Amino acid sequence: MPKLTPQDLCFPNLNGAGDWGIQGYQKRGGYAGLKELLTTPQAVHIQKLKDSALRGRGGAGFPTGMKWSFMPQPTPEKPLSKPSYLVCNADEGEPGTCKDRDILRYDPHTLVEGMVVGCYVLNAKVGYIYVRGEYYDESSRLVQAIEEARKAGFVGKNILGTGVDVEIHVHLGAGAYICGEETALLESLEGKKGQPRLKPPFPAGFGLYGCPTTINNVETIAQVVPILKNPLEWWTRHGRPNNHGTKIFSISGSVNKPGNVEAPMSIPLRELIDDYCGGVIGGWENLQAVIPGGSSTPMLNAEQAGRVLMDFDALKAEGTGLGTAAVVVMNKQVDLLRVMTRISAFYKHESCGQCTPCREGVGWVYRLMERLSRGEGSLDELDQLQALTKKIEGRTICAFADGAMWPVQGTIKHFRGLFEERIRAGG
Amino acid sequence: MPTIRINSAQSTGQTPKATGAKLAWNKADTATIAELIARYPAGQSRSAVIPLLHLAQRRFGGWLSVDAMQLVAETLDLPYIRVYEVASFYTMFNLKPVGQHHLQVCTNCSCLIRGSDGILKAIEEELHITGGQTTKDGKFTLTEVECLGACVAAPMLQVSEADGAMHYVTNLDAAKTRALIRALQKDDDAALGKLVDTPPAAPDPITPTKYAG
Repeated sequence: MPKLTPQDLCFPNLNGAGDWGIQGYQKRGGYAGLKELLTTPQAVHIQKLKDSALRGRGGAGFPTGMKWSFMPQPTPEKPLSKPSYLVCNADEGEPGTCKDRDILRYDPHTLVEGMVVGCYVLNAKVGYIYVRGEYYDESSRLVQAIEEARKAGFVGKNILGTGVDVEIHVHLGAGAYICGEETALLESLEGKKGQPRLKPPFPAGFGLYGCPTTINNVETIAQVVPILKNPLEWWTRHGRPNNHGTKIFSISGSVNKPGNVEAPMSIPLRELIDDYCGGVIGGWENLQAVIPGGSSTPMLNAEQAGRVLMDFDALKAEGTGLGTAAVVVMNKQVDLLRVMTRISAFYKHESCGQCTPCREGVGWVYRLMERLSRGEGSLDELDQLQALTKKIEGRTICAFADGAMWPVQGTIKHFRGLFEERIRAGG
Repeated sequence: MPTIRINSAQSTGQTPKATGAKLAWNKADTATIAELIARYPAGQSRSAVIPLLHLAQRRFGGWLSVDAMQLVAETLDLPYIRVYEVASFYTMFNLKPVGQHHLQVCTNCSCLIRGSDGILKAIEEELHITGGQTTKDGKFTLTEVECLGACVAAPMLQVSEADGAMHYVTNLDAAKTRALIRALQKDDDAALGKLVDTPPAAPDPITPTKYAG
C-alpha cells in the first residue's frame, strides 16, 4: 500500500514535528470551514457519518453515526426537556495503547474542533474531556489549546456568529483503568467510584446526571471533522467496506522502530510492522506472537500475523479483535508466559470489585497463571484455568472480565505447549 | 525464571491515617475551587471530588490524610465516606506519605518487553529501595504501576516534582535512569527539563485559575 500524504491524514502532526498550538493547526487547515459545519443541519452530518462507516476508535468499534443518531434531536413541537452532553473518553489505559496521548500533546486542536462540532451535532452546550490523571503534561497542552480556541472565537458563546454555544471542560481522572468503560467514566465524572452501570438504560437516554449523553474516544471525535469537511470518498477509499478510513496504530514491543502511525485501515499487519516500524527485532522469522489491539485482545501466532489484515472484521474472523489497534509485538527472545502473567496481574489490580465472578476470578486466574508460567502445578490445571476463564467471561456487568479472560484463552490456545514444557520440566 | 512482582499499589496504603492537623484552604485555593465547581451544573458539585482531591494532595504534602479528605468533604458538603471511597478507589491518591519525588515505573507488557526490569534494578541500586518503599531522607518513593500509556516509548516512568507537577520520562535505559535520579538529588531543574518527555504548556491542569492565557 502506498504511504499516505499529509493531505490524506487526520493527524498530520502526529509525530510532533510541527507546531501543536493553534497557529500550527490553522496552517494545516484547522478550523477552516468550521462555520459551514455549524450551520449545516445536524441530520446531514449524522447521515454522512453513517455513510462513512466510521467505527469507534476506543476499542468496541461501534458505528459512530448510529451512536450519534440515538441522541434526541429537538423539533418545533417537542423541544429538548433536558440538556445533552458529549463526553470525550481520554482515559487511555489499555496496555499497549498510547495513541490518544500523542493526539493530546501533538495535535490537541483536532480534538477541540471535534468537540465543538460534536457538541453542535448532538445539541450539547457543554462537553467534558475526561483525561487520565497521569496525562498531566498532555492535559496542560489540551487546556491551553481550549483557551487558544476560545480567544479565537471557536469555543464559547455564539461561535463565529452562528448562534452555537459550546463550552469544553477538561476533567482529570485519578488512575483507574475501569474508567475507560463508558458508564464507569460517567460515574467517575459524577464524583463517584468508577463502577460500571448496568445497561440498559444506555447513556443516550440516561447518561451524565441522568441526561442524554454520548461518549466517544479521542481519536473518533477528532476524525469526525475531517470526515465532514472532505468528500465522502476521501475517507471511504481506505479500508474494506464497513472498515473505512485511516487509523492510528500504536506499535510497541519487539520492533526496531516503535511508534504511533496513522495508516489506512485493512493494512496487512506484516506491512505495518515492516514498512512503518522497521520490522521485528531479529527479522520476521524471529516473530513469536502479536497482540493486535491492546492487552484485552487474544494474541495472534506468527502464522496468523503473516496474513491478517488490520481491520475490525478481519481480526474478528481470526478470533481476536482490532480493539484500540495497539500492536504489541513479541519476538522469540521474549518470555511470553511472563508477559501474559503480567497482563493477568494488571486485570487483578484493576478489577473494580463490583461483580463477584470478576473480583474473585481475576485473582484466581492470575495466581494460576503465575504458578503455571513458572512450571509449577500440573497439566490438569491448564484445563482448569481454561474452564475458569469460560465461567468468568460473559457473567459480569461490563466487558472488563471478558477482556481479562480473552488474553489467557489466547495464550492457552496458541502456547499450551510452552506451559506443558515448563510443567514437565518441573519449574 | 524471574517471578512476577505483584503490583505494590496495595502496599502504598489503603488504610487512611489521621494527623490531627487543622487543614484549611488558602485564598488562591478558594478561587480555584469556585472555578472547578462552576464547571459542573448547579447541584452537581460532587463532580468536583476528584479535582479537589488532586488539589488537596498537592497542597497538603503529596498525600491524603483523613484530615485532608475531611476538608474536601466539608467543602463539597458531602459525608466523609463519599470522599474516602473515591480516594481509596483511585491509585493516584496516596493514603500514606510518599517521597518528594514519586518514581512510578511502568512494568506492564510493552515496558516489560523492552526492559523495565533493568530500570527497577537501576533505581534499586541507586536508592536502595524496592517497590513501595521510601528513602530514609523522604526524598524518593518507588512504586511499580500499571500501563501509563506511553508504550511506544517504553520503558518509561513518571516522576513527580515537589510542587506536585508530574512528568513522563521515556525511552529509558539504566544510564538515563541514573541521570534522572542524580538530577533530582541535586534539584537540578535544567537537567530534569532535558530528560522530561513532553514539556508542559503554561496551564496547570490541577489549578486552572492560575492560567491567565
